[in-house]
Amino acid sequence: MSTSLWFDNPRSLIQNELRNFLRGGSNWDRSDWNMARSRRLSGVFPPVNIYDNGEGFRIRAEMPGVDKESFDISCKNDQIVIRGERKLEDVEQEANFHRREREGGQFRRAVSIPQPINPDKVIAEYKQGILDIFAPRAEEAKPKKIEVR
Amino acid sequence: MTRTVNDETSELQVHQKEELQSSEGTREGVYFKPNVDIFESDEALMVVADLPGTAAEDVEIDLRDNMLTLTGIVDTGWGDNWQPLYTEYRSGHFTRQFRLGQQIDQSKITAEMTDGVLRLKLPKAEHSVPRKIEVTTS
Repeated sequence: MSTSLWFDNPRSLIQNELRNFLRGGSNWDRSDWNMARSRRLSGVFPPVNIYDNGEGFRIRAEMPGVDKESFDISCKNDQIVIRGERKLEDVEQEANFHRREREGGQFRRAVSIPQPINPDKVIAEYKQGILDIFAPRAEEAKPKKIEVR
Repeated sequence: MTRTVNDETSELQVHQKEELQSSEGTREGVYFKPNVDIFESDEALMVVADLPGTAAEDVEIDLRDNMLTLTGIVDTGWGDNWQPLYTEYRSGHFTRQFRLGQQIDQSKITAEMTDGVLRLKLPKAEHSVPRKIEVTTS
């Protein structure tokens, strides 16, 4: 399910591609390859940006209009999983749509962090439609200052 | 050929943000085109726009000569001490313009901002609301 460039689990990515390849058998052709490729490049919702300030990592995702209660965020040593659902409000039946560009639906995104984090100290905030997660580095992953005697 | 990945229709897809030409914004910085829903009822036109990262006080709504302009100014200064490691989306302000085909009662426009979603209600001017004619029996 996670199909981003390199922050997601590469093994499952390859397994998925292989499974599709085997199922398709001889139907595997260039257009299938292009589809697989564009799917991988388009990624999994939500797109994330990851930042580092030495103390830890910050993962930010633009996801306006998500009910805070629907978020289910969990973390392990080096991975944060973001789950939830974006629901669009019901519009009265007789309303006449001129444009409909916004989408609702479920999402599940696993983000791998390049270094171990301290899962007990991860903080998540949802403000103005932006999910902002702070994940401090695990103690053993923090740079140690060495005294010169 | 059947696929298991992304087959569920209810799963959200990623759409790249569409960048606008720099001349379209009045402020410095990159502007993106927000996703909108626009729908109309008998009494009003509703505009719902996704403006993630915009505070209520940083939304600008301008309506003149039937041209509606929405602008959301996003605070991009928060990350000064943060080194970007990995970037899947770009940040910037939002702006978009629409020409309205209806007369709007400017004094009754309401706007609400929740979790980065702007809900703008543009009530139609009296004379463009379809009038129901009551038939009375004597």
